[in-house]
Amino acid sequence: MAQTAKTKTTTKAGAKVKTGAKAKTAATDPKQLKLTPAQIEAFGKEMDALRERVLDDLGKQDVDYIRKVMDAQRGLEIGGRGLLFLSFIPPAWIAGTIALSLSKILDNMEIGHNVMHGQYDWTHEPSLSSERFEWDNTCPAEHWRYSHNYRHHTLTNVLGEDRDIGYGILRMSEDQPWHPYYLGNALYAFLLMTFFEYGVALHDLEVEKIVAGETTFADNREKLDRIWKKVRKQALKDYLLFPALSGPMFPLVFAGNFTANIARNVWAFMIIFCGHFPEGTEEFTREQIENETRGQWYHRQILGSANLTGGKLFHILTGNLSHQIEHHLFPDLPAHRYADIAVEVREACARYGIPYNAGPLHKQFGSVVKKIIRLSLP
Amino acid sequence: MGVFSVASAPLKLGKRVATSRLVESLVTPNPIERYVELFDPGWARDDVRAEIVAVVHQTSRSVTLTLRPNANWRGFSAGQHVGVGVRVDGVLHTRMYSPASSALRDDGLIELTVSEHSGGTVSRHLIQNARRGMVVPLTQAEGEFVLPSPRPGSVLLISGGSGITPVMSMLRTLCDENDQRPITFLHYARTPADQLYAEVLDELAENHGNLRVLTAFTRAPGGNVNGRFSMRHLKAAGVGPGCETFACGPGSLVEAVESVWSKHAIKTPLHVERFTPPPPVKITAKPRGKLLFARSGLAVKNSGESILTQAEAAGLRPTSGCRMGICHTCIVRVDAGSVRHLHTGEVKDVAGETVQICVNAPVGDVAIEL
Repeated sequence: MAQTAKTKTTTKAGAKVKTGAKAKTAATDPKQLKLTPAQIEAFGKEMDALRERVLDDLGKQDVDYIRKVMDAQRGLEIGGRGLLFLSFIPPAWIAGTIALSLSKILDNMEIGHNVMHGQYDWTHEPSLSSERFEWDNTCPAEHWRYSHNYRHHTLTNVLGEDRDIGYGILRMSEDQPWHPYYLGNALYAFLLMTFFEYGVALHDLEVEKIVAGETTFADNREKLDRIWKKVRKQALKDYLLFPALSGPMFPLVFAGNFTANIARNVWAFMIIFCGHFPEGTEEFTREQIENETRGQWYHRQILGSANLTGGKLFHILTGNLSHQIEHHLFPDLPAHRYADIAVEVREACARYGIPYNAGPLHKQFGSVVKKIIRLSLP
Repeated sequence: MGVFSVASAPLKLGKRVATSRLVESLVTPNPIERYVELFDPGWARDDVRAEIVAVVHQTSRSVTLTLRPNANWRGFSAGQHVGVGVRVDGVLHTRMYSPASSALRDDGLIELTVSEHSGGTVSRHLIQNARRGMVVPLTQAEGEFVLPSPRPGSVLLISGGSGITPVMSMLRTLCDENDQRPITFLHYARTPADQLYAEVLDELAENHGNLRVLTAFTRAPGGNVNGRFSMRHLKAAGVGPGCETFACGPGSLVEAVESVWSKHAIKTPLHVERFTPPPPVKITAKPRGKLLFARSGLAVKNSGESILTQAEAAGLRPTSGCRMGICHTCIVRVDAGSVRHLHTGEVKDVAGETVQICVNAPVGDVAIEL
């Protein structure tokens, strides 16, 4: 299964190694050999036990934490938009834009992403309900919950299933056949990064299937309508109403809001691409995940994810996606718990000889950029 | 309360602004409450919320709360109940309580008395932690246990323990209406120290010649009648033609009243409401009960498998994703019943809550919004 019949891995040195056969895989990573199916299941049991322990401990402190983050987000939003109304003073424009960027980052990452995962569903609070939450992003929450919570989190790094692999426009894996189109891989990645929220909004639409003629726009009418409605609402707020309310400051408020949206896009793109594409992370095939056990699923989540190291504020701004491995093991546990959980996961991985990929942002993102450029060629 | 809650003219304008399309477009995608709560946590566009304005402990095992609901509250009929949201260790629980105040109270406030019952974490939490200024979510009032209109020729109100609240509301409402028709109030408490509303009842009896109050103690001497409800007590209370009886209390009291009515073939109408938590679910090795898909009107015999599997076997196609309890795509509201989590084995009463149907199996009868 996932742990033995790997199709491909990339060494830390960045050398491309195609390994179709088990023997070659073992040669690439001798530690893999040590994991018997029984060990994988034992590892899975440990992860289940860890999950249960955290679930039993959930309570007021978790609600207090997310409320505090929501208060901070609201403060930054109100403060940022307020300062932008004083845009005629240049420092006010800069401070306002930074505050609004941070507000959007907190809203999307630590609040929206995590609440929509159902991390706070146990509270039964309508304002923390995964069903009801909408985020400050052009992607409709309902679409996100399907393509992200289900497709990406269940079928993590499975080629052809997990649409986070390249978002249907990038070549992020050797196993995606090369095409001259991919000469523009780096350009597309740059554009996706800049306009990431629109990339995410179209994520669920599977545009490449429409391009390939497998589905039509008409088939996707309902989804398109929803996306369009959300895009319109977001644009109306940021690019018309708030600028208009500021009167003569229209262009400056417009520019501030635009910059904040782009800043959030770039940040989210960087964090998300560092979650699954730095050197050392693995992809899988549909065949590999057939009849996958819970232990194997946990194992695959770790092999396919990579962490970012950094300080507390950094972790919060990444929505704790810096703990991507822990997030993939326990996507519906409150993300602020991941730092503590990581200590135990890391220790267990070391004991079982499971590789645990972690590094600082510049290093992990650097390796992602390298991969994007390398894969633009055959 | 803050600026938006009082329905005077400039503040009506405030509400108009707060609910305008312009403001909605400015705060999108957040609900407007997210910002208004900075000034007024009790305000909401549609939801009912209430501020606790007084907290009194009539007995050591109860608390009486006076609430000021916001403008969305549509009022209640004496005898109805409301859902009160209570946060205990981060979890919002909703429990039903009957207001004990008059439905005609002109300050618009409602009064709830919450009594502790065994295993009741929510009631215990309220007794210990309810404070003035707290804001709680409310539901609109509901329930059929109400006084008929026009009012009956005479009224007999029977209650036990915390079941006093809906009939207290009926009594206070009838007194506010200044109705001169005879009212008898028969109440059962364990001991005098446990009796709720003793002073209020004395005062009402003093001011309303048509009211007769009888008290019984089930675990202490004294009182106007002795022991538990019986035909003897009913004779003491008197139930003439044209009388309607309202009884509310623990299951044992309600059953005693019903059995007297049926045994003696009493013809005058009897309305009852039980004030007891549902009996604990029986956990058995073999799956029991029926799984009712409330929306589709289908019912199947519980196979013990996940609700999702059983729904699919019944031909339904609920939205689902990972089928392993991680993606929260399949969450559905349960109307009534308990479920067992297939990974942890934990059994929970989830009435009114949402569950992940891929990893929860019904325990006993379950009705779900599918």
